[in-house]
Amino acid sequence: MIARALRLALPPLLLGILSLGLWEIAVKALHIKPFVLPAPSTIWAQFVKHFDNIVKGAVGTGRNALIGVLVGAALAILLAIFASLVRVVADMSAPIVAAASVVPIVALAPVLYTMFGADKQTGRWLVAAVSVYVPVYLNTLKGLRRAQPIHRDLFRANAASGWQVTRHLTLPGALPYVATGIKIGTALAVINALIAEYFGGPVGGLGKSITSSAASSNYPLAWAYVLGAVLLGMFAYLIGAAIERLASPRGAG
Amino acid sequence: MTTTSSDSAATAVSVRGLRRVFPVRGRPDVVALDGIDLDVAPGEFVSLIGPSGCGKSTLMRLVADLDDPTTGTIAVFGKTPRRARLDHDFGVAFQQSALLPWRTVSRNIALPLELAKVDSGEVKRRIGELLDMVGLSQFGDHYPDQLSGGMQQRVAIARSLAERPKLLLMDEPFGALDEMTRERMQTELARIAGESGAAVILVTHSIPEAAFLSDRVVVMSPRPGRIVDVVDVGLGDQKERTEDLREASGFFEAVKRIREALHGVEGAAPKAAEQR
Ligand SMILES: Nc1ncnc2c1ncn2[C@@H]1O[C@H](COP(=O)(O)OP(=O)(O)OP(=O)(O)O)[C@@H](O)[C@H]1O
Ligand SMILES: [Mg+2]
Repeated sequence: MIARALRLALPPLLLGILSLGLWEIAVKALHIKPFVLPAPSTIWAQFVKHFDNIVKGAVGTGRNALIGVLVGAALAILLAIFASLVRVVADMSAPIVAAASVVPIVALAPVLYTMFGADKQTGRWLVAAVSVYVPVYLNTLKGLRRAQPIHRDLFRANAASGWQVTRHLTLPGALPYVATGIKIGTALAVINALIAEYFGGPVGGLGKSITSSAASSNYPLAWAYVLGAVLLGMFAYLIGAAIERLASPRGAG
Repeated sequence: MTTTSSDSAATAVSVRGLRRVFPVRGRPDVVALDGIDLDVAPGEFVSLIGPSGCGKSTLMRLVADLDDPTTGTIAVFGKTPRRARLDHDFGVAFQQSALLPWRTVSRNIALPLELAKVDSGEVKRRIGELLDMVGLSQFGDHYPDQLSGGMQQRVAIARSLAERPKLLLMDEPFGALDEMTRERMQTELARIAGESGAAVILVTHSIPEAAFLSDRVVVMSPRPGRIVDVVDVGLGDQKERTEDLREASGFFEAVKRIREALHGVEGAAPKAAEQR
């Protein structure tokens, strides 16, 4: 187990260390200015020095993303169930939601700040929620349609009601798809919650800190916040992957 | 088409003048079944055999109310198939085991009981009985993908028996199994059918299987799907159908008669087509 994990993790780890080393040497040897590209060691020093603020920022942005995931996913699952029970709704809504997925939701952030007030997090929650809603809704709908005809026959032969079919067949069968939707949506929610901060709103998130450090020409600090954002994104990805793992057929139902 | 209700109440299944036509776009309609008359007595074991496409599955689905006849009537214990289905009067098993992969063996077997809202204490007791009956007591907590194909099929059969139905509808339940497993399953099914006293309609492609298990074998022909012969096997009570029977001369005799009836079908098929 451990040997296998090591063998899998070692090559990318080595590559990462190698590129960081090259980056460091290049910055030093070519005298690259910090506003163009700071050296990894400089960024790391800033990261350690401002660690508390970076964690605070990550928690702020992460909380917005989490609220978006909870609200967006819950709404998406409920509405997808409703849509699958009322066929017309599914047929009408799926193309619209799919079309909505190519709209850069985050572009709405400035509008939302004016709508809900620039000192409120509401706009960011909404951006995160919508970005989760789209993949969860579409994947859930796909999963709900996945039930095999032979299973439907089995339930019908046993006089199952419409709700029993949903509860015991289509929903558990759709669970892996729902989880995949949540995994995709979680990553999007973090990215969009972060970028939404670029367009205004209250201070306190990683995105806001990146823009304000850059605005005050403190580039190494801006990069340190970017590193924080990368770590937050990786954390979100791991959570999404864990959810997907839990919902694999055997764990479902 | 007009059978008195007292007639059909005394039978497990009563089929009269049944016809099922599937419209196919851009081509002539498919007459899957035509002029089917069939009675199955309570506790009787009847097999349906015939070439692929002769409408065996269609007939099964019509009895189970999974499809509607074009014309003709079906009575299941004197009721409409729909009523019988809603009353949980029959159990079904298909060629694929159709187990739910996210449920354990026990919970798969419990499904019909849960759907019928049987209380949980009774469900638990019944699961124990059924696991014993199909010899899977050690596997209640396993998931279907941890079982062999034969074991999965046994789970499906246990599930079809969950509500102690007086009628079992089985569409090639052993079709996907190897010969050895298949014979063992047949012996088990004979025992289970004998013990439960249920009437069974079994679709099969195997002549020995039909001979071993059935009281009567219904031989069908395709295009249009018709009953061309009914072979009375009569090898005795279900409980006497043990491994020894496979060596008995009566068994070989039955195999021969079913084979002859089936070969008659293949000879007759082109003639039937000409007549149309
Ligand atoms: N839903 C359907 N739509 C159109 N045609 C159908 C449909 N179901 C069955 N048929 C046709 O009806 C005929 C009988 O089909 P059926 O499945 O009952 O045959 P079968 O005897 O069970 O065959 P097999 O032994 O291969 O399972 C076939 O010609 C088939 O193509
Ligand atoms: Mg068939």
